[in-house]
Amino acid sequence: MSSAATQTVIKDQEPAQHGLKKHSDGGWGLVPVQTRSERFRSVEVADFPAVTGREAVWRNTPVGRIQPLTAGELDGSPYEIAYESTEGVEVSWIDTDDARIGSAGLPEERASANAWGASRKALLVRITGEVDGEFTLTRSTLGTTPRAGHIVIDAAPMSSATVVLRSLGEAQLSENVEIIVGEAAQLTFVSDQEWHDDAVHLASHFAILEKDAKLKHVVVSLGGSIVRVNPSTHLVGAGSDTEMLGVYFADAGQHLEQQVYVFHDAPHSRSRVTYKGALQGEGAHTVWIGDVLIGQKAVGTDSYEQNRNLVLSEGTRADSVPNLEIETGDILGAGHASATGRFDDEQLFYLQSRGITEDEARRLVVRGFLTDVVQKIGAPALQAHLNAAIEAELADASSRA
Amino acid sequence: MTSVLEIRDLHVTVETDQGTKEILRGVDLTIRKGEIHAIMGPNGSGKSTLAYTIAGHPKYTVTGGTITLDGEDVLAMTVDTRARAGLFLAMQYPVEIPGVTNTNFLRTAKTAIDGEAPAIRTWVKDMRESMTKLRMDKSFAERNVNEGFSGGEKKRNEILQLELLKPTFAVLDETDSGLDVDALKIVSEGVNRAKENTGLGIMLITHYTRILRYIKPDFVHVFVAGRVAEEGGPELAERLEEEGYDRFLTDVNVG
Repeated sequence: MSSAATQTVIKDQEPAQHGLKKHSDGGWGLVPVQTRSERFRSVEVADFPAVTGREAVWRNTPVGRIQPLTAGELDGSPYEIAYESTEGVEVSWIDTDDARIGSAGLPEERASANAWGASRKALLVRITGEVDGEFTLTRSTLGTTPRAGHIVIDAAPMSSATVVLRSLGEAQLSENVEIIVGEAAQLTFVSDQEWHDDAVHLASHFAILEKDAKLKHVVVSLGGSIVRVNPSTHLVGAGSDTEMLGVYFADAGQHLEQQVYVFHDAPHSRSRVTYKGALQGEGAHTVWIGDVLIGQKAVGTDSYEQNRNLVLSEGTRADSVPNLEIETGDILGAGHASATGRFDDEQLFYLQSRGITEDEARRLVVRGFLTDVVQKIGAPALQAHLNAAIEAELADASSRA
Repeated sequence: MTSVLEIRDLHVTVETDQGTKEILRGVDLTIRKGEIHAIMGPNGSGKSTLAYTIAGHPKYTVTGGTITLDGEDVLAMTVDTRARAGLFLAMQYPVEIPGVTNTNFLRTAKTAIDGEAPAIRTWVKDMRESMTKLRMDKSFAERNVNEGFSGGEKKRNEILQLELLKPTFAVLDETDSGLDVDALKIVSEGVNRAKENTGLGIMLITHYTRILRYIKPDFVHVFVAGRVAEEGGPELAERLEEEGYDRFLTDVNVG
């Protein structure tokens, strides 16, 4: 919107058209409205000014504590990663001038650009066939040196697989993950953050989906001090489909953030975004920002995003901001929902009145709250592990509270 | 010795926007195992407060009097301890628990009350039988607790718990409200079945006399303005059916 012109027109018409004037609260016409897809992008860290915390993308993040990753030098050498050789999956470290690098997306903020430039190699996970079960990559020895990472998941046309990236131990990591889902490929990608308590992890995920491709993208954040995983999915192929799921549990002092972005850029694409989180303990902070952009080409789009937070104690903060931009009217549906609620004492009373102890009742309710997202992952071994991990979080947080 | 639930001079307050309000003003009741007591009264007389106070809801503050179960101080017990001691409250508005299946909930509750997990085979059989008798579709086992249940389905689910958890004393808080005649019969049969099987004592709280056609009380207590205004046998219920509560309300207004 060109602001000056708009303002003039309105001013001229003001006497004739009652009610058509500037809002007193928003100052619209002054702030340039930027479509989500037009955000500045660059792989050069110097193209982004120093992070102050006032930027829209950093507003909710404790920027002081992530300075080594946004402003410092990063070690971009390959790191140790464990996995079991599996037919249909090829894992290798590739050079950063590989054609696949940058094909799914480019950095939109400084930590991402810093990691992009610092990475000496990228970890390529290539899915070539139909892979049964869960292919798990585990990293647990990153240590406390500030690091850069770059991963490319390349799912060949017609392939199918479930890839789990499990993160354990200490880390100071900024990374970019590109996810290329070829025509009619079906990929489930799970980024499972079970870091050590002190870990700091900033990640930008860029997914691109070709015709009829399906991506189930899952973010699980349980461990770490600051964990910020921002997944973007670009639906460029007609009939492409993404389900973006998130489960997080923030306890005392923990900052867990996710800025989710879905760009419907082709006809008949579908997206579902469901993020659910629990917060317990002084200073537990979660952030969810959900952007959905339905572009002009995206006729027949079917989209829904939601975020739900369950607050288990005092002293927590859950930010939840859904945004929806629609550039075509010819769609099937687009909706969003956000709700943050306190733990329901009536639920607790009901369960206790059936003989169930308070601790057990809390466990039931929290597990029940998070379970529908966990069940949607569709990876049984991982789901069993996550249920146990969530229980452990709850027990741990209760004993500290 | 027959189990006995005794309520003596019970005073209960609740915090409201207008300040502290006394709801129960000296309630005396004695219920022995095997007896059915109907607590009847107009809206706002404190019937539900009595039910929730027995169960231990934190919203209600006991300012005087006692509740004992076989001499044990019920008021000193936590909510879950009361349930494990043998008390059960069938709620007027059962709570929905998203993500927790009925099966999981019932087994967890049964395990908590018995102190050990029920034997799988008999437990599944018991559950199926009770559900069939309450005309509950099998799907209710896998559905989340009370989530999306109709009013009548929630009440049946309460009685299912009553049958499976086998309490010594059950308080049924307006279990009949909002039920059509068919559902009322099914629910009443469930209560009668539970009584036949376990010989429990029942406090049946109701506004209407209709349910008393299906569940026969041994004693009727009329509750007005936070205390028992009149007591008698089943004939008192019949009189209430004819006369309503006007007689008692007039007394209150005068007094």
